[in-house]
Amino acid sequence: MGLRKILDNMEHHFQDGGRYQNWYALYEAVDTIFYSPGSVTKSNAHVRDGVDLKRIMITVWFCAFPAMFYGMYNLGFQANDIIAAHGGEVAGWRGALIGMFGGYDAGSLWDCFFFGALYFLPIYLVTFVVGGFWEVLFAMKRGHEVNEGFFVTSILFALTCPPDIPLWQVALGISFGVVIGKEVFGGTGKNFLNPALTGRAFLYFAYPASMSGDAVWTAVDGYTGATPLSVVASGGMPALEAQWTWMDAFLGNLPGSIGETSTLAILIGGAVLLLMRIAAWRIVAGVFLGMVALSTLMNLVGSDTNPAFAMPWYWHLVTGGFAFGMMFMATDPVSAAMTNGGKWAYGILIGLMAVLIRVMNPAFPEGIMLAILFGNIFAPLTDHFVIQANIKRRLARVQ
Amino acid sequence: MSEMKETLTQPILRNNPIALQILGICSALAVTTSMQVTVVMCIALTTVTAFSNLFVSSIRKHIPGSIRIIVQMIIIASLVIVVDQVLKAYAFEISKQLSVFVGLIITNCIVMGRAEAFAMKNPPLPSFVDGIGNGLGYSVVLLVVAFFRELLGAGKLFGIQILPVVTEGGWYNPNGLMLLAPSAFFLIGLFIWALRSWDKTQVEEPDFKMAKHTAVEEAA
Repeated sequence: MGLRKILDNMEHHFQDGGRYQNWYALYEAVDTIFYSPGSVTKSNAHVRDGVDLKRIMITVWFCAFPAMFYGMYNLGFQANDIIAAHGGEVAGWRGALIGMFGGYDAGSLWDCFFFGALYFLPIYLVTFVVGGFWEVLFAMKRGHEVNEGFFVTSILFALTCPPDIPLWQVALGISFGVVIGKEVFGGTGKNFLNPALTGRAFLYFAYPASMSGDAVWTAVDGYTGATPLSVVASGGMPALEAQWTWMDAFLGNLPGSIGETSTLAILIGGAVLLLMRIAAWRIVAGVFLGMVALSTLMNLVGSDTNPAFAMPWYWHLVTGGFAFGMMFMATDPVSAAMTNGGKWAYGILIGLMAVLIRVMNPAFPEGIMLAILFGNIFAPLTDHFVIQANIKRRLARVQ
Repeated sequence: MSEMKETLTQPILRNNPIALQILGICSALAVTTSMQVTVVMCIALTTVTAFSNLFVSSIRKHIPGSIRIIVQMIIIASLVIVVDQVLKAYAFEISKQLSVFVGLIITNCIVMGRAEAFAMKNPPLPSFVDGIGNGLGYSVVLLVVAFFRELLGAGKLFGIQILPVVTEGGWYNPNGLMLLAPSAFFLIGLFIWALRSWDKTQVEEPDFKMAKHTAVEEAA
């Protein structure tokens, strides 16, 4: 194997006393992307699985791809659709590139995809470079390894950005997410909040004008269009159904954050995660059940002043970031609950909170991000109770 | 004399009441959105701490042990009322902005803590100096936090525009999070991080230690 040989030949430079010993973390990261780690367990026996944290994270990364590719296409499609109806062009380098290689035809797959890529790829590139910089810096200073968890953090963060977001805000958001959300606690495995959502929440509160409202969801300057959730919050279900069908929302033909529009694409990735047992099915089921329970209850209760009460559960599922949060964010193995009972409680709590924030809070039309962060904070507590209950049960047996 | 100097300067960075003892956080979150308000709050708290230490210390031998907290509270509360009245008389606008937070100095853990921990055991003059020192330690943290919160949150310092904001035709896009209370937590956390990197003796023992990673050991 040529690659193995190249890596082995340069390894001694990176070891202690070598020329580049400070860069060991980077060498190790490259090595373990291609090969499984060379280290073996020497202490007390324990089981080692080929599917370690690195492979898990890479799998999650790949599973986000359907949502990402569809998101790029949809970003371009929504923008081209509006350009066709209202006119307008994209200025600057993006406009120049579209002029050279693409066009503004909403019917053309390539035009839409290329348009979307011009918006998504810079966001992802900035996320990756800036976030990766912090990751490697802390890995070198603290002596831990560069973890593939960052691949997941980066793509999830980029996919939850609105298309129009300024790139410097992307850099700021991912810096906050990686440093304050993860590295100050000691890196991957020790963070109690989802780093991608921590970064997004930071931007959400710091720059609400670029992260929420009606102007940010399509990549056309000056055009404002509400997301389904804010349509429901103001006009109720009739207004929503006048604009989009349920199938539109399920397939993803609506404006929104880049990766969250198509429930179908998310479910494809999510199904792979569930089949490989990377995402805990108890969490996904819990989030789903919590959402169904509370939204059905609200349908039954009804409200004269708040039209969002009437939103049925199958609409909650397909609008906003609910499906994305349920499949990719809530199931983050580090910040979620660890015990089986805890996973149920954690999932249901998130489902309930997401609907509660969506429907009851007039300031936030979307609630899944805050609901998951809320769930993250309570995850250790639910685990604690589950473990204590188990200890109690077993103690009772011996007495 | 050098002991006196120690008493004054130690609490500023080496034994900071907020950064090391984690006391008095509540007002550090509440009053740090603008420099002007913060400065007034710092002066008020330093005055109260210094004089409550002085008075508690001068009658420390006459306070019965079982009701000492009540006696300290009476002294502190009287001082806070005086400060509050002075602010209302001479700085009404700022007094309105500080609203209940001047009154809440009574419950500030730093004031209470110094009266109980230092003034009850030391003569009046060192106690007075200790009160000023701790007030300054509190002020340092608050001023740093308020500096960043006002500058990044509104582009201003002491109400004067430093960074021209976008809404008025400038280039700076103000960070709304900085005007919300959580940002003070982040800033105090970063301040403590910087402080403990500079003075390693303040670093606490970790609750538990992880075993070293095997890959790192084998590399050696």
